[in-house]
Amino acid sequence: MNRFFGFVKKEFQHIFRDVRTLMILFGLPIVMIILFGFVVTTEIRDVEVGVLDRSMDQASIRATQKIFSSGYFVPAGYLQNEEEIGELFRSGKAKVVVVFEEGFEKNLQRENRAAIKLITDASDANTAQLSLTYLQGVLMTYFQSVNQDIQLPWTVSVKSRMFYNEELKGVYMFVPGLMALILMLISALMTSVTITREKEFGTMELLLASPLKPREIILGKVTPYVLLSFVNAMTIVLLGFLVFDVPMMGSIWLLMLECMLYITLALSLGVLISTNAKTQQMAMFISMLGLMLPTILLSGFIFPIDNMPKVLQWFSSIMPARWFIVIVKNIMLKGTGFAFIWKETLILLGMTLFFILASVKRFKIRLN
Amino acid sequence: MNEVEHIIEVKDMVKNFGSFTANDRLSFHVEKGEIFGFLGANGAGKTTAIRILCGLSYPTSGEIQVAGHDVYREREKIKKKIGYMSQKFSLYEDLTVSENIRLYAGIYGMGRKQIASREEQLLDRLGISQIRNRLIREIPLGWKQKLAFSVAIFHQPAIVFLDEPTGGVDPVTRRQFWEMIHDATEEGITVFVTTHYMDEAEYCDRVSIMVDGRIDALDTPAALKQQFESENMNEVFLKLARR
Repeated sequence: MNRFFGFVKKEFQHIFRDVRTLMILFGLPIVMIILFGFVVTTEIRDVEVGVLDRSMDQASIRATQKIFSSGYFVPAGYLQNEEEIGELFRSGKAKVVVVFEEGFEKNLQRENRAAIKLITDASDANTAQLSLTYLQGVLMTYFQSVNQDIQLPWTVSVKSRMFYNEELKGVYMFVPGLMALILMLISALMTSVTITREKEFGTMELLLASPLKPREIILGKVTPYVLLSFVNAMTIVLLGFLVFDVPMMGSIWLLMLECMLYITLALSLGVLISTNAKTQQMAMFISMLGLMLPTILLSGFIFPIDNMPKVLQWFSSIMPARWFIVIVKNIMLKGTGFAFIWKETLILLGMTLFFILASVKRFKIRLN
Repeated sequence: MNEVEHIIEVKDMVKNFGSFTANDRLSFHVEKGEIFGFLGANGAGKTTAIRILCGLSYPTSGEIQVAGHDVYREREKIKKKIGYMSQKFSLYEDLTVSENIRLYAGIYGMGRKQIASREEQLLDRLGISQIRNRLIREIPLGWKQKLAFSVAIFHQPAIVFLDEPTGGVDPVTRRQFWEMIHDATEEGITVFVTTHYMDEAEYCDRVSIMVDGRIDALDTPAALKQQFESENMNEVFLKLARR
């Protein structure tokens, strides 16, 4: 046992003596979570809106005021004619233009109907879509409130609630996604690099010729990363909670256990990569391209899986991150227990076993 | 039989990689306490053989015993009794001299007190006590090589395997290094060394010369020179290679 601890200690020394490793290990998760939390957001805020008001009557002015007092939009000035819209979009001074038709109030009163045209700069499709939805929402609420005193024969009122994320905050999405990404990155990338480094420097030969068993060598190399990845996982949860108010509805213990499982999975994937890569560069390349990109794109982290083509949907189901994200969301946001996530857990467990068996097999082939 | 005398016993060792035969029915033995030179050009199959003897890879066929243990079934036992130094002088660059010594000593299961006292002895003998806390990457190549060798025999193995131990160092350091190897045999350690420097063969008690996966000659340097009517080992080697 002493043999093993001496070996683990050495691995910690490698980590704590290398500034680059330390930066990736501790700097990266914090920087990423802050960046994603603040910068990448699916909410809209301060979208510039131009107004082309052909009537300038009370109703249209009120509506305009409502738009700008909603907090989502800022005025980009009044336009005089339709030609200016294109110019405004091209100069980038506004993303949306609201057009009130001529005689807006008059039409409202006489015919009970009046038209508002919403034109968006859809070169940025996401913002355009979101701005439209928000604008329609603001205008609908306003006109409903105006109509309150009028007795209509009947009305249907739709009230919507967003369960588990009442304010539709983007961070709620990103914290589970980032956990999946960062743990995968650190565990798989770092282990594959550290193991191939021993191969490159020839120290692996010495270790293999020593009384240490191959499984002790591998275990000794990954143990520090298990601990550090776990610290990272908890840091992310804590940062999400303290800085972004991401709730922790379910059991923290269950979350920790699931994190351990996912970390083990990522580590065994890292070991598998290292048995196939000859150099550190190679290991880094495989980890980055083979793990990072698919994890970001196909795990449901950013793009919804249901909207993907069928083939990519199948592909996404072999992404460990996909299942882990479901688990984390369930525990953190919905507060569900193990009964609702056993299937995903089982999938992760199966994948872990598969990777461990595959690396053991590869390792044996290499020895012969 | 005679395991006491023959610390390595190899009979008809074959190693195939696919259709390529790296070691073709090698048979030889190494006597306890001798310096056995394992010579041959690059690609002659030296490293393949040394890897099998160290338990780093399995032979395709043949009967092989190292330190009285079978290489198929008793690898773990063999590994405890041998030391190994590769051609890269593989120490950890980001660990200090002392940390490297302690790491390897620990891996070979030595006790803490034993490690501490032997470490003092070793550093004194090499005259490098003052750099014990320096990182390996900061010390010169010649010292690294001596240290790598000292680490390989730190746990007092029965046999030490040296794979091209003198690559890239200057002649003076090489000379000093062979003195260290001699000192090791006085402590009862058998030395199995591969090299392609033919002048170094003169320092060995017996040498085997490999050509294309086979052992073409095996004897003391003096006997080989006589047999091939040569002035030095380099000539012996050239004559063998031209055959």
